Parts: sequence; C-alpha cells; structure tokens
Amino acid sequence: MMENLNIRAAILSMAIFVVLMLLWELFNQPEESKAGKTEYELLMGGSEPQARVPNPSEIGALAIEELSDPFYDKGPNDKGIGLQLLYSLKRVTMGYLLAALVAIPVGFLIGMSPLMQRALDPFIQVLKPVSPLAWMPLALFILKDSEVSSVFVIFICSIWPMLINTAFGVSSVKKDYINVARTHELGKLRTAFYVILPAAAPTILTGMRISIGIAWLVIVAAEMLVGGTGIGYYVWNEWNNLDLTSVVFSILMIGVVGMLLDFLLARATRMVQYVE
Amino acid sequence: MNYFVNAQGLTKTYPGIGKGNPLTVFEDVFFGINKGEFVCIIGHSGCGKSTILNILAGLDDASKGAVLMDNREVAGPSLDRGVVFQNYSLLPWMSALRNITFAVQSRWPKWNKEEVLAHSMKYIEMVGLKGTETRKPSQLSGGMRQRVSIARAFAIEPKLLLLDEPFGALDALTRGMIQEELLKIWEKTNQTVFMITHDVDEAILLSDRILLMTNGPHAQIAESVVIDIPRPRSRSDIIHHPNYYAIRNHVVEFLVKRSKELADPALRESEAAKETKPTYPPEVNPVTGKVNQATAVDTTGSPGSAKPGGYQRNVVNMS
Repeated sequence: MMENLNIRAAILSMAIFVVLMLLWELFNQPEESKAGKTEYELLMGGSEPQARVPNPSEIGALAIEELSDPFYDKGPNDKGIGLQLLYSLKRVTMGYLLAALVAIPVGFLIGMSPLMQRALDPFIQVLKPVSPLAWMPLALFILKDSEVSSVFVIFICSIWPMLINTAFGVSSVKKDYINVARTHELGKLRTAFYVILPAAAPTILTGMRISIGIAWLVIVAAEMLVGGTGIGYYVWNEWNNLDLTSVVFSILMIGVVGMLLDFLLARATRMVQYVE
Repeated sequence: MNYFVNAQGLTKTYPGIGKGNPLTVFEDVFFGINKGEFVCIIGHSGCGKSTILNILAGLDDASKGAVLMDNREVAGPSLDRGVVFQNYSLLPWMSALRNITFAVQSRWPKWNKEEVLAHSMKYIEMVGLKGTETRKPSQLSGGMRQRVSIARAFAIEPKLLLLDEPFGALDALTRGMIQEELLKIWEKTNQTVFMITHDVDEAILLSDRILLMTNGPHAQIAESVVIDIPRPRSRSDIIHHPNYYAIRNHVVEFLVKRSKELADPALRESEAAKETKPTYPPEVNPVTGKVNQATAVDTTGSPGSAKPGGYQRNVVNMS
C-alpha cells in the first residue's frame, strides 16, 4: 500500500512538472513583431531580441552544458557551477562547524545550570533576532578579509538554533535518566557523555538541521555582498551579465544542494533517535 | 536498635506555596531493616512512601532525621544501594544488555570486557531474558523491561536493594510471574530489600515484615507486621497457609480503617501524643496476636534505653 502510494505520488509529481514546464514554454514565446520591421531595424539587419525570462528548454540546455563540465576555471569571472558551489559549501562548512563547536558546549552549560540560563538569556534574546548580514560591515572592519567575514556571518547565523536546541534538549533530559546516572555513581563528565548527550542528541541534531538550512540561505546573500567566488556571487554576476538563464539554473542548483544538506542532517538525526 | 538500615526520625516538609502553610508529608518516621531481610512498606497514595525510598537511595534529602546504613549516614546516591523504579528507567538508546553492562562497569571499573559481559549475562539469564538481550527497551514488553531493570539492580550486588512499586505498571498475570522470579533470585542472593507496594498479597508473598503507614499529611509508620509464613513460599501454596488470612485481614483492615483514624489531626495533636517520645513502630504478629512493644527512641542519643512509648493506641490486639 505504501509502495503504491509512493509510485502514485511520483507519477503525479512528474505530471505536474511536465504541465508546468509546457505552460511556461508555451506562454513565454518571444513576441512576433506585428508591424514588421522598422526602417532602422532593417538597416541594422534585424531587431534586438526582447529580453525575457528564459524558457525551460534553454535552461535545460544550459544545465546539460554546465553540468557536463562543472569544475572548469577560466579566470575570476568564468568558473564552473560546481566550483562555485564548492566555494560556498566550504564557507558554510567552516562557519557551521565553528558554530557547533561553540554552541554545543555552551548549550550544555546553559541546559545544566539554571543560573547560566538566566544570566545568558538576555544576550541570546537580543543577538538572536539580528539579521546575520547586519554583522557584515563590522566583520569586514575587524577581520579585514571578505573570506573570513563571510565565514563569520555563517557562524553567527547558525549558532542560535544549535545553542537553543542544545540547551533545551539538555535541560529536558528526563529526571529518571539522571537518577540512573546518580545511583550508578557516574561522575559529571561520564553523566554528560553517557546519559545526557545521548538523551539530548535528537533535539541537538534537530537544532543542527535548522542551522544548516539557515546557513545555506545566508551564504547566498553574504556572497552577493562580498563577491569574488561562491554561488551567491555567481547569481549576482550573471544578473549583471543579464544572463537570466544562468540565474534560473543557479537557483535550481542552490535548491538541490540545500535539499542534500537537509537530507544529510535528517539521516544523522535518525541515527541518534531513540524510542522511549 | 542495631539495624543494618536504620531510618531515624525522617521528616519531610515542603515549603508552602505563596503564603500557604508548609506541608509536612511525614514526620518522625523510624524503622529498621536487618541484613538479608525483605521489608515492604504499604500506605495510601500521598503518605510519602516514594520520598522515603528516595531518601534511602540518597536521591532526596529529609528535612529532619537521617538514615544509617552499616552505621554510616546515607549522604547521596551510591552503588551500595540499587534502585528499581516503577517506570523501569532503562536508558532507551542502549540495548538491554548494554543497560546492564553499563551498570556493571560503573560498579567494577577495573574489570575487563569479558568479565563484565559474563557477569551481566549471568543476570540476564537469571531473569530469563537470554536471547532478547540485544533488543532495545522499546522492543521489549513492560514485563521484560522490568526484568531488565531488576537484573541491572541485582547485577551491581548492592548492599540494599530499593524497589519502588516495581510491578505497579504490569498486568496481573505478568506481575505474578515476576513476583515469583524476584522471590527466587532473592532467596539465591540473600539481598536486603526494601520495597514499596500497593498490593497486599504481593507484600505478604514477598516480605518478612510489612511496614504500615498512616495517611498523610503527617504520616507515620504505625506498626511493623511480621509475616509468620515459612519460606520458600509460592503464589499457589501461600493462600492455603493457615496464617495467610489472619495477616491479610489485619493489613487490609489497617488500610481501610485505621490508616485514616490514626491520621486524625485531633488524635495526633492531643496532649497525650505530644508527651510521648517518637518510637520505632511496634512489631505485630497478627497470627499469635503478640505485640512487641514499641521502643521509644531516646532523644539523648543512647540507643537501648528504650521504654514503652505512646503508640499503644495504635496497637490492636488480634487474639
């Protein structure tokens, strides 16, 4: 029954996709010039093509071309899409891992100590709603490096969900499990690693999953600002080149990579999930 | 009174909420457990049985009084006192076996892997779970989970085993089976056990003595009932023993009637009650009607200088 449902869903997805693409293709044809060509156009040897959103067929053609050689590098303004995505992924990974390194221990501290929770709460509440891009000027000034600054922006945006989820997961570990640790005379460190960490792991991983999603959203905007390399820069560069086909294609690629990242974290969450 | 476990004047008071009066759940609770003895405690909900057990375990603190074990004060939890909780308290991300090896490792940190495994498997077999030890708790039935929990508690070979209504969440058939298994393991190991239960038949089947608690607030242990039925006992035979119903009736009568009467504030606060010194509960044998008079606790601290206390009113002569 479930398999049947999956197959039916896949067929429906394909149908929706095909219909949408056909409609897009049909209603997005270049306008035929009704009055024929003006004298100027005749002199210039034909009319300028009207700028318009590209058709699926054009995007498909570009996708095949780009994906057949994704890692070429012909100077700063012409790099393969795969290379650009790798630049972005590198920044996201660095900022994200740094954030995890800070957020999980601090979250542990907050979750285990009501004192720390109250003391740090005002800072978190004020800093959390700040758009990560608002940090950019300050980061650029202090760090004096656009590369490091974009990593910092990823760090600052992915720290909050991890921090808050870790603190919540740790503070809501069932008292029974803590009592098991206490009656078995586990030390503080062993309790943290053998009992609290596995008990809170699903909640922590959920925070990490939210964070990676936000980090991937923010990197595009950050790279549009700092420029140079990366998928965000690529999108903005193609917009400046008025190459909308590439823009639409990169939107698709951003979506696919984001989905893969989420899938990865979902798998990791499932690994630490337990049934009570 | 040289008991192995000695609860001396335990009192638990919770501060009032807002301007409310503080709530004293139980007060002046005295009792003792001898080495190798199986003692059950019965009382209505809210009389603080679980709190008493947690104080014995070192998981909770008494507002007044102290617990001595082996003449040393209980301060904090220890591997000398194993606890089986009502909701099993197994760690759900570990297999049944891992739950036990984890405990065994904490008990004997110097053992190598094989020793830990062999010791743990011995207890897995003892509770009849061989073959299912790799399953996670969520893949086990309630009865099997409680078996794992019991195996874990026995495996660390504690000096005192505390059971907090261990069979409360099980169906009657499963409960009966595990009771007998517990009895067998206990007879083999000679463990000292303190157990909370709501089930009179269970208490009679398992214990050497039953402590009866009055209703809370201000609950106290009114008497200690001796179970004068020889061991080994079994569920099917015990109900035919001539002493069974005398004991059962006595306990049920206490729970239905006297636990409430004794908790009557007028009686508790009467002048006579105030003058008497707190005591260990009198030992009652419902079969012979014999009452071993309660021994007053000398508050100056020298045990043994006991004299009959004010608990006479609590004692009903059954003869």
